[in-house]
Amino acid sequence: MPFAPLLRAMMLCCLVMLGLLAPAVIRGQAQAQVSAASPVPGERLAAGLERFKADSFADTEAAIAAIAASGSAQGVAILSALGDRRLFAGAAGVFYRDAAGQGFDAVTGRPATIPPDAGLVRLNNRLRNVVQAALGTMTLLSPDPAQRVRAAEAVFRSRDAGALATIEAALPGENVPRVRRAFEEARAAILLSSADAPEELRIAAARRIAEASDNDAISLLRQFSGQTTGGLRAVIDQGIASIEQAQRIRAWGQTLWFGISLGSVLLLAAIGLAITFGVMGVINMAHGEMVMIGAYVTFVVQELFRSHAPHLLDWSLPLAIPLAFGTAGLVGIAIERGVIRFLYGRPLETLLATFGISLVLQQAIRTWFGPTNREVSAPSYMAGSFEFLGLQITYGRLWIVVFTLCVFAALLLVLKATPLGLQMRAVTQNRRMASAMGIRTRFVDAMTFGLGSGIAGVAGVALSQIDNVSPNLGQSYIIDSFMVVVFGGVGNLWGTLVAAFTLGIANKLLEPFAGAVLGKIIILVLLILFIQKRPRGLFALKGRAIEQ
Amino acid sequence: MLTMRFFRMIEGRGLVFLGIIALVALLVPFCNLYLAPGNPFHVSNGTVVLLGKYLCYAMFAVALDLVWGYCGILSLGHGAFFALGGYAMGMYLMRQIGTRGVYAHPVLPDFMVFLNYKELPLTWWGFQHFPYAMLMVVLVPGLLAFVFGWLAFRSRVTGVYLSIMTQALTYALWLSFFRNDMGFGGNNGLTDFKDILGHNVQAQGTRAGLFIITCIALALTFIIARMIVASTYGKVLVAIRDGESRTRFLGYRVEHHKLLVWVVSAMMAGVAGALYVPQVGIINPSEFHPANSIEAVVWVALGGRGTLVGAALGAVVVNWLKTVFTTGWLAPYWLFALGGLFVLVTLAMPKGLIGVWEDIRARLANRKAIADAKASGGGSPVARSPDPQVPR
Repeated sequence: MPFAPLLRAMMLCCLVMLGLLAPAVIRGQAQAQVSAASPVPGERLAAGLERFKADSFADTEAAIAAIAASGSAQGVAILSALGDRRLFAGAAGVFYRDAAGQGFDAVTGRPATIPPDAGLVRLNNRLRNVVQAALGTMTLLSPDPAQRVRAAEAVFRSRDAGALATIEAALPGENVPRVRRAFEEARAAILLSSADAPEELRIAAARRIAEASDNDAISLLRQFSGQTTGGLRAVIDQGIASIEQAQRIRAWGQTLWFGISLGSVLLLAAIGLAITFGVMGVINMAHGEMVMIGAYVTFVVQELFRSHAPHLLDWSLPLAIPLAFGTAGLVGIAIERGVIRFLYGRPLETLLATFGISLVLQQAIRTWFGPTNREVSAPSYMAGSFEFLGLQITYGRLWIVVFTLCVFAALLLVLKATPLGLQMRAVTQNRRMASAMGIRTRFVDAMTFGLGSGIAGVAGVALSQIDNVSPNLGQSYIIDSFMVVVFGGVGNLWGTLVAAFTLGIANKLLEPFAGAVLGKIIILVLLILFIQKRPRGLFALKGRAIEQ
Repeated sequence: MLTMRFFRMIEGRGLVFLGIIALVALLVPFCNLYLAPGNPFHVSNGTVVLLGKYLCYAMFAVALDLVWGYCGILSLGHGAFFALGGYAMGMYLMRQIGTRGVYAHPVLPDFMVFLNYKELPLTWWGFQHFPYAMLMVVLVPGLLAFVFGWLAFRSRVTGVYLSIMTQALTYALWLSFFRNDMGFGGNNGLTDFKDILGHNVQAQGTRAGLFIITCIALALTFIIARMIVASTYGKVLVAIRDGESRTRFLGYRVEHHKLLVWVVSAMMAGVAGALYVPQVGIINPSEFHPANSIEAVVWVALGGRGTLVGAALGAVVVNWLKTVFTTGWLAPYWLFALGGLFVLVTLAMPKGLIGVWEDIRARLANRKAIADAKASGGGSPVARSPDPQVPR
């Protein structure tokens, strides 16, 4: 598909632009904070550090508080060193070692050798908690927005009242929206949990938390629902109800998305069959093996890239698409020329012969590549996920849905807008008349079968991303593919589309109640019953053609 | 008088077939039980089991040929009926284990104890009684076939659609029987059988007895199938195969005719499965796999579709080949051979081995007729050309 590299390029552009903008924003943030903090952080830091030398727990606690309050950039490094037993104090000063073992002077932050007389600053369990809390507060002021969000989320969970002041100080200056949101939620959580705060503040806080509408929020609200009374309780319960409602909607949305995703996989697997079976009427039991060939082409292409051009590995998938189409298409043409053309008009024999071919192809792949699963890695642009309206959507699945729709559109275009498509439709509708009009029917047969097989190969490229690339890959799709085509109505591409998504969504809707396997069984039984009712599928072709 | 009718009904080919079965039924157990292991004619225990397995498959193939060869219904899910019959027998055998299982539970089979069942599921009730189990061997596949066929034939699902539906049926069963919650042993199926009717299933004598029973069952299946085919009803079936709409327009209730033969065939397959299980010693969900059913179709196609004898012959030949291939260094090539067989049979010998044999015979007869005509100096003989036309 020509679209994949294009989209990839667009995504790259967006990423580059983000990359250019981000440092500027962060720098602005950092400056704002430095100016907001105490005028001479260095002095306060040094005063705090002095107290470590006393080596008493009380002094150490005071030192932690002083460092946390100093707002110095080094504070985080010093306190995390303290927490990890890497901070040393002696007559010569206070020093810490980083994780790599390099020594630093705590006051200046410059590399230094730690004098032998400097002893480890000791901690007890209570102080270790104090260090963690102080670190949490300090990272609230970190120049990195991601770290600030993490710190705010930690505060939200711990509801450490000590962080309230820091958050309230930082809130007015905060202008990264997601950090601001996290700060507000953390502040609300602290306010809600402090029993001595004024009622109206706590109510506002409960409202704010209900707006967050996630799992953390609902568990927090549930926790306080029992402990409170009156107006606050009502607000909290209302919040819980609204979050539950939102979660239900999100769960439906998620199910729907999974269904669409499964439907697109079904469509991808079935779409080639919609050509060979649906348009030509050939029962091609080797269809699944065409998908398998596509997946193995992907594997081979990726291995070649890995060994010859590792830096271009991300391009292996787009390149595998035309190659898979070509390979599977050629195999398909060979099968049509070698076997199927002798069996036109004898569908049951065709079924048996193509099943035999599928066994041979499977065994051939098993002989060449071994019976085990082969690893096809996901390119970087297909890894990871993003959140959309509260739904977790992985890029891999999204790409497959998009890709499937592209393949579908391309196929429709080929059938409706190219001379070959016109000839294909002519031959399938009335072979003798088409032949009389000068269409080379034999050639068109081979091309149609090649197209169907090629599309199956392309499906293999996508399926290699979500399924095991093994000689059995095709087998697991063949029955589902036939179901989709038969359900949708033979000879009707749109029917196949509707059928695939219907089956996919129905399957996912059933899964929570019935489990994956039982859900599938129920779908199969429903399909069998449906075919009894409408033997020609959802969108049956009408007219005399079906009486053949 | 009656014997003559019987012979005519069975046909020469069938008589030869029945004769061979009788011979095998007598010779194999004799050579196994009464000849010393050193004797060149001794048949080992393993071979008895293997041959018994082939004969069960042959029975299955005859059942399949009855619907495919004579009524044109290509079932890609007949293995389901075979496996259901097998499971019914397996359940009887499981109940016979009693306290000899690993957990020594008097009622529950081992896997149920393992899965924390507290009591026997309803589906297993009564299976300790042999007659009930045998009834289920016939009834369960028959009932499933009846329901499926009633729905399918009534709504006129035919040809390839029906094939795919049957495949979906066995696929659904395959998936279900893998589930532990079904209460049929899940992935592992039913195995570790001890007794059948008080005889140890592993004992040489029991095996020989089962072998003879299998031979008798195969012969009976064949005779019933022949009776069906030779009757007026059988002629209507062939008419349905060759022109369903025409037969319907002639006034026959096509659905009813199809349904009857379909159910009978499913029951036959169930019996074959039931005989298969005690000999092989295990039944598990893999018997439901759609590939098994398709493989059975190629047995019939190889032997000769619509000949009954050919179906049995094909089943034995293909399975013998499978044994030869999969036990030696040829093992990796078995699927190539099987796949090639599918293609070869459909392209080169559409009437199967029986068809090839008939062609040769016809050609020889033709040559003899020509020679006779030359010798007598008479007029030109009537040439009988081998007929390559296949029912579509």
